Amino acid sequence: MFSPDWVWRMALLYVLMTAMLQASVASAAGMSAQIHEHRLANGLRVIVKEDHRAPVVVSMVWYRVGSIDEENGTTGISHALEHMMFKGTKQVPAGEFSRLVAAAGGRENAFTDRDYTSFHQQLQNSKLPLAFRLEADRMQNLTLLQKEYAKEIRVVMEERRLRTEDQPEAQVDELLMATAFTSSPYRVPVIGWMNDIQNMTVGDVRNWYRRWYAPNNAIVVVVGDVQAPQVFALAEKYFGPIKPKILPERKLQEEPPQHGIRRVVVKAPAELPYLEMAWRAPRLHDLDKDWEPYALDVLSEVLDGNEAARLNSTLVRSERIATSVNVSYDDAQRGPSLFEISGTPAPGKTVADLEQGIRREIAKVAADGVSEDELKRVKAGLVASQVYQRDSMFFQALQIGALASDGYPPDAVDLILQKLRQVTAAQVQEIARKYFSDDSLTVATLDPQPLNGRKIEPMDMGHVR
Amino acid sequence: MFARALLLAVALCVAAPALAVPPIQTWQTATGARVYFVETHDLPMLDINIDFPAGSAFDTRATSGVAGLTEQMLRLGAGGLNEDEIARKIADVGAQLGGHFDLDRGGVSLRTLTSHDEITQALDIFSRVMQSPEFPAAVLEREKASLVADIREADTKPGSIAERTFDQLAYGDHPYALRASGEADTVPSITRDDLVAFYRAHYAADRAVIAMIGDINRTQAQDIAEQLTAQLPRTSDAPAEVPPVPPLARAEMKVIPHPASQSHVLIGAPGMKRGDPDYFSLYVGNYVLGGGGFVSRILTEVREKRGLAYSAYSYFMPMQQDGPFMIGLQTRKDQTAEALAVTRATLDKFIASGPTAEELKEAKENIIDGFPLRFDSNRKILEYLAVIGFYRLPLTYLDDFPANVEKVTLASINDAFKRRVDPDRMVTVVVGPEPTALGVAK
Repeated sequence: MFSPDWVWRMALLYVLMTAMLQASVASAAGMSAQIHEHRLANGLRVIVKEDHRAPVVVSMVWYRVGSIDEENGTTGISHALEHMMFKGTKQVPAGEFSRLVAAAGGRENAFTDRDYTSFHQQLQNSKLPLAFRLEADRMQNLTLLQKEYAKEIRVVMEERRLRTEDQPEAQVDELLMATAFTSSPYRVPVIGWMNDIQNMTVGDVRNWYRRWYAPNNAIVVVVGDVQAPQVFALAEKYFGPIKPKILPERKLQEEPPQHGIRRVVVKAPAELPYLEMAWRAPRLHDLDKDWEPYALDVLSEVLDGNEAARLNSTLVRSERIATSVNVSYDDAQRGPSLFEISGTPAPGKTVADLEQGIRREIAKVAADGVSEDELKRVKAGLVASQVYQRDSMFFQALQIGALASDGYPPDAVDLILQKLRQVTAAQVQEIARKYFSDDSLTVATLDPQPLNGRKIEPMDMGHVR
Repeated sequence: MFARALLLAVALCVAAPALAVPPIQTWQTATGARVYFVETHDLPMLDINIDFPAGSAFDTRATSGVAGLTEQMLRLGAGGLNEDEIARKIADVGAQLGGHFDLDRGGVSLRTLTSHDEITQALDIFSRVMQSPEFPAAVLEREKASLVADIREADTKPGSIAERTFDQLAYGDHPYALRASGEADTVPSITRDDLVAFYRAHYAADRAVIAMIGDINRTQAQDIAEQLTAQLPRTSDAPAEVPPVPPLARAEMKVIPHPASQSHVLIGAPGMKRGDPDYFSLYVGNYVLGGGGFVSRILTEVREKRGLAYSAYSYFMPMQQDGPFMIGLQTRKDQTAEALAVTRATLDKFIASGPTAEELKEAKENIIDGFPLRFDSNRKILEYLAVIGFYRLPLTYLDDFPANVEKVTLASINDAFKRRVDPDRMVTVVVGPEPTALGVAK
């Protein structure tokens, strides 16, 4: 929480989900703050959404590089570079970036995901030039000293221990991805495999920086109490002089088809078991013509979009098979999608019981469809969330940046919402029949192990200080 | 070029509205509930939060878990509606009904659109949940079973074990030592009668604090506040005050082996309370010590200079009585002794000589210049309203905040830390290594 960096995969999945589902009804409600976009001559895209509720601004720089672009042996390099972006340029030495932002009253952070790496500052609106000056500087002048790298890569290893090695559910998720995908780089964790992090060098990171950090591979997103033309002029001043680069070719890596169920198990010290099921699912290519991803979004909401949704109502509350269930489907991204359902079995129930319950609920939708009431409820949630999300400038910037980085047009948010509202019960039933075959399913479970086979008992060590 | 840049800067500044903190309106309902309301029409929505002195501090060791389960069960059956009906009716209008719970407070919150049908239905449900909860016995049994499973799970996680142990050592017999969830040996015996009794005693109208912000006017706000409190239990004789926290007599250390790859380290003691006379000196001082993220001393020493941890921090959590002052970090097990030594040396040095003039200046700049970020959304303002109301802080708390920060001096920080943070009376908990690995006899 006090750390500058988030791998944040689950959080981002959620954000993207909600981004899709909460997409703008603003046009309908007549309250849409318009999104302004301007492209500099060097290829940098600048996207501005004015929000005059408070005299503050959120500034983000998104680079279109993430774990999807990585190769075996140097997995996690995008994330390692994200850490090194705070380690100095000639003009702004290590530690100075954070010091300058803090002294301006700002908050800052960064995160890496599969498709992108994102850096952000929240400031009083008059301080936007500082954010632009610092970001433009580290877009082109990062020093990447061995001395700093040697310390920071140890921090990254600690981060991996904290978030993955010692977190049984994160281990299950990591193994699920590595199993569900054979060829797609989505099979590797964003933070990278530990051994790759250990073997990485500052030279690797420097090459990565030179290859991908360029204005024509970046998007600046600004939301706040600003005027778009002035933000564009500021962007021109600070980012305009940066030379574009010839970006490496991005080869399409189509995931080969799956022919049969895949099952994997993680054993780790824990009390409760845990289950993740993931089916291959389509993603959005043509926002206008595609309909299946929208129907899958609605299915996900019908199953788990609110407290009244089916899985909470049946599996958690009435049948008491699970203590919690979670559905996630990422429809808008660069790589192949999965429709995932995870959960923790209730006391006395097994992962097999929970798996059976989940299968039965999907089968029910396939056989009987969803009710008009359920559809109406999902759509009411969409309309309301559109208003609620506008309470947070940060969230709005996140939504805009993620969609833009994944190659969707600036008006994607509006179009997606329109499309979601048109989804019919018949469409939901059709995709429930089509995409939930065992042949495209991967199941990962946690088999809880005792902690060293003994109960943890505190030992009083007296007062040694 | 120079002229153009200057013009831009001016234009950006002019665009900024005055840095006004929104005015807080306050009154009491007919039943004595205190209301704190901010009217704002930017978005067609309303946030409401109702708090009671009904947090885990009102449990005892034997009844640990009753307060939390009472709060959790409010939404699971009320006013003739079962849990599914409540969930459906809330979802049908796109509303969000939530609960929150800490050492001092228990309560319920609602976010809803302000269009007529939506707000009417959402408030109807909220009103039933608040005033006529039914605590159905069958639902309680399910929630208890699930809670016990969660407690057992938490007891396998090094971070949870560390926090639990820290609270026990720092607070001893004081109710702040009790965990919000209750214990695996207390939850199973909690009955419906316990919850009903706790609700009657602690959710009384004259104890309620209502925070509200959104797209309604004063008259509507008054009507809503009445609607939400008219049927609450009227008054209560139960204690609303948490007893003072006794200071620690001595330093204490516990080392608990765990198979995880990292050690979880917590160092601290009871710290300060809401409205504490030392609040601003401790708050600003802690920004320099471990609250200011990358510019703080602890993160600089532990992470930036040595790469020993991903996260390292210190904080004060002011409560009705002295909430914890805590330093925390996680590090690979074989680095534990080094990380501990570095952290302790950093703390000792800070207490001995305090921040530098430059550090104090930068801390103030961050806190004062970042002031507008504290209330740039309805959600954040709602939280301030709830805290100001519950802890009876001055209505001008936010307005006065920058001036109070400005008043802090090197001397006041030095003085406050020397009096309030004593390394010789502090708890250290390490979960991970064998005690002998830290040079501590088994």
